[in-house]
Amino acid sequence: MSERVVITGMGIVCPLAHDVETLWQALLSGKSGVAENTLFDASTFPTTFDAEVKNYDFTKYTKNIELHKDSSRGSGFAIGATVQACRQAGIDVEVSEPNDGIDRSKMGIYLGAGEGSIDNDAFFSAIIKGWNSETNQMDWIKWANQSFDEMDPIRELEQEPNMAVAHLAMLTGARGPVRSCLTACAASTQAIGEATMLIRHGNADVVIAGGAHSMIHPLGLTGFNRLTALSTRNDSPQTASRPFSATRDGFVLGEGSAILILESLSSAKKRGVEILAEITGYGSSSDAFRVTDMHEEGRGAALAINAAMKDAGVTIDDIDYINAHGTSTAENDSIETKAIKAVFKDRAKNVPVSSIKSMLGHLIGAAGAAELITCVCAIRNNILPPTTNLNDPDPELDLDYVPNEPRKAQVNTVIKESFGFGGQNNVVIIRKWVDE
Amino acid sequence: MARSRVVITGFGAITPLGLTVGDMWAGLCAGKVGINTITAFDPSGFNCKIAGQAPEFKIRDFVPKTHRKATKLMCRDIELSVVAANEAIRNSGLITKGIDPENVNINPERMAINLGAGLISCDLVELSPAVAASKNEGQFDIRKWGNIGLELVTPLWLLKYLPNMLACHVGIIHDIQGPSNSITCAEVASHLAIAEASQIIARGNSDYALAGGAEAKVNPIVMIRQCLLQRATTENNDNPSSSCRPFDADAKGSVFGEAAGIIVIENLENAKKRNAKIHAEIAGTGQSTSINSAYKNLEPDGYGLQIAIEKAIKEAQIEPDQIDLIIPHGTGIPCDDMAESKAIHSALGEVASEIPVWPIKSMLSNTGAASGALDVIAATCAMKENKIPSSINCDNIAHGCNLNIVKKTIEKEIKYALCCSYTHGGQTAAVVLKNISE
Repeated sequence: MSERVVITGMGIVCPLAHDVETLWQALLSGKSGVAENTLFDASTFPTTFDAEVKNYDFTKYTKNIELHKDSSRGSGFAIGATVQACRQAGIDVEVSEPNDGIDRSKMGIYLGAGEGSIDNDAFFSAIIKGWNSETNQMDWIKWANQSFDEMDPIRELEQEPNMAVAHLAMLTGARGPVRSCLTACAASTQAIGEATMLIRHGNADVVIAGGAHSMIHPLGLTGFNRLTALSTRNDSPQTASRPFSATRDGFVLGEGSAILILESLSSAKKRGVEILAEITGYGSSSDAFRVTDMHEEGRGAALAINAAMKDAGVTIDDIDYINAHGTSTAENDSIETKAIKAVFKDRAKNVPVSSIKSMLGHLIGAAGAAELITCVCAIRNNILPPTTNLNDPDPELDLDYVPNEPRKAQVNTVIKESFGFGGQNNVVIIRKWVDE
Repeated sequence: MARSRVVITGFGAITPLGLTVGDMWAGLCAGKVGINTITAFDPSGFNCKIAGQAPEFKIRDFVPKTHRKATKLMCRDIELSVVAANEAIRNSGLITKGIDPENVNINPERMAINLGAGLISCDLVELSPAVAASKNEGQFDIRKWGNIGLELVTPLWLLKYLPNMLACHVGIIHDIQGPSNSITCAEVASHLAIAEASQIIARGNSDYALAGGAEAKVNPIVMIRQCLLQRATTENNDNPSSSCRPFDADAKGSVFGEAAGIIVIENLENAKKRNAKIHAEIAGTGQSTSINSAYKNLEPDGYGLQIAIEKAIKEAQIEPDQIDLIIPHGTGIPCDDMAESKAIHSALGEVASEIPVWPIKSMLSNTGAASGALDVIAATCAMKENKIPSSINCDNIAHGCNLNIVKKTIEKEIKYALCCSYTHGGQTAAVVLKNISE
């Protein structure tokens, strides 16, 4: 038995919008979600800007404010994105006896979700109290006393990466397989791919799948800055994310949550809900190369793309569009291009490839899901979203990156690629829904 | 397309009871307790001062020469996973690049890795000089941090603490190029990792996989969280060996620790073809979630755990009375133990009060993302040895926990074993193992 898997709902909370339609229009008009950092004083950091979710209020989406009020930023975003997606898919939320035709024991949740920010005030003040700079030793008694005074138990618990799915279970009543993974920047694509498999093989009828993450906090920004992974174009934040251009100098740290309702075709038909697209393929691989670098020739990336095409039963001739990982780092964009060339060979230059990270920034764990939602929009509107800020193409990178302007095109079958720090590669293929 | 059967052909574990599965099993059989006063840092300011600590080891002894430099990028959780993976692969008879690059007998593209990982906390001693340098009038000054402190943080600092780095290092060492996932669901993480890896093999995406989990909870930040959340026992600091008391009337909370448990699984045909020793079959897995607004604990009737157990039994196509052994999650937190007992009863019916139940956290401590894999390995050992060792620290069963806790070593054939787990966020999981030795 093998079930076909379709998408029946989508929701998003991201730097450009708090709903899918507004996001799509913003992408078509080339808007940027990047600006000065307002979440903390980053004025002395190497990078002073980011892509933040602004003016978001999770209490608009729930009756149980008390239950969710201590949640991490990422979990809070996931609540909004999930409620939007459930509304579109006709799934009841926050009702004790759902009447939407879905058996809760067959409703799962699978997120690529990140840890919440540490409680910065408590964390730093305890170190300051405990650390003896003369002996270079920690006085653990002082440290513990300060921590006991300042740390809030629930805020500590809410940092756990499994708490986002916990909140979504309380919201929707889902009692099926509930998983959370964190394979860095590939996490939500992996979550969607594995969720697809849960439905295909009968472990679930419906899975609420996607990602939620925010690493816009002092230690997150510090970590990425130290890795020199971020753009430092502080004088021009909105043009900083420039995938595939010669002057790209790193990615722009973003945050958000993107949720898709994945459903077996038979469940969607039985419930009579609109089908937005079909997920036909999933491929996953690892580089097994270096902790710090992608494989030079994109071996792992190509392996994942090929595995996804095989799973979907398509060939390179069937692919109308590739939504790239396209981070705007020197390494990723070059190696991703090599991998696409290795897979598509002579056809590589004829397949449009674009990166919406140019506008949205990099949502880390949530990136793949947010980008997959735009792939569904591309299919439904027959329009390719552009790669903006691409005014000085890198001569080494010679694919069709859909520079700066959206483009009308017949879009039936789309590849979504995501690659994580540490070498996890995940690829999902979706196609226009055709009832056949 | 027929789904492949999935079997365990190798295992490795580093635990508070020793550096290997052999050490762990010998310790469990002897009723040895791996819990002691914390030595990793001075615990005197903590109200729980005990933990399960793994023996000392040098990580350089467990990696090939080519990976020695990269050991600098390993936090404790990563080190533990590398040690256990090394043993698991050797035990399986598979030859990877990390074991012997001249005689590799796997196809790297057909091997998957799926590890459970915790919320990894940084090494405070490593980070503190940078924080101290950012002090201004006794307070942390974020501008000073950006100017001075940040530069003192080692450039690759972040890479040490990403949860996917366990699978990343192990994957590089052994050249594993198939699907790689890192499940971050606290105490159920390694059950879920084993379930997902089994599904990857069953559907034909890989031929073999490393699955399990690792977590190093003996870290000041992790320990203080357990104290703040009132999960850790604070009344047994002077009696570490009797501190963790799952299902006992005198249970006062859990004890936390560090470990890694990793198994090699592969499809049955493949294992037979290469004449591998088969430890057990993964006969069924199930998962669900507890829905409890007081999500610090399992829902009182254990319903979410009940569903997971029922699903695993259904997938294994067995009846409850065929189960010969249950390794419960059993943490020593009274309300959770009670809920788990209810879940086992609701799922299994009348036989629930008869099936031997063997809680092992009393000896191993609660090792978070590693714990489910340790349970699977312990159950597999019990099957191989036809033996369920006596449990410890359950002298008087808690009121309301009507379980047949193993009080005296039982020697008998174990055909099916059930392991189950849950998190303090609600996720639940269960695994049914089948003895297929002839």
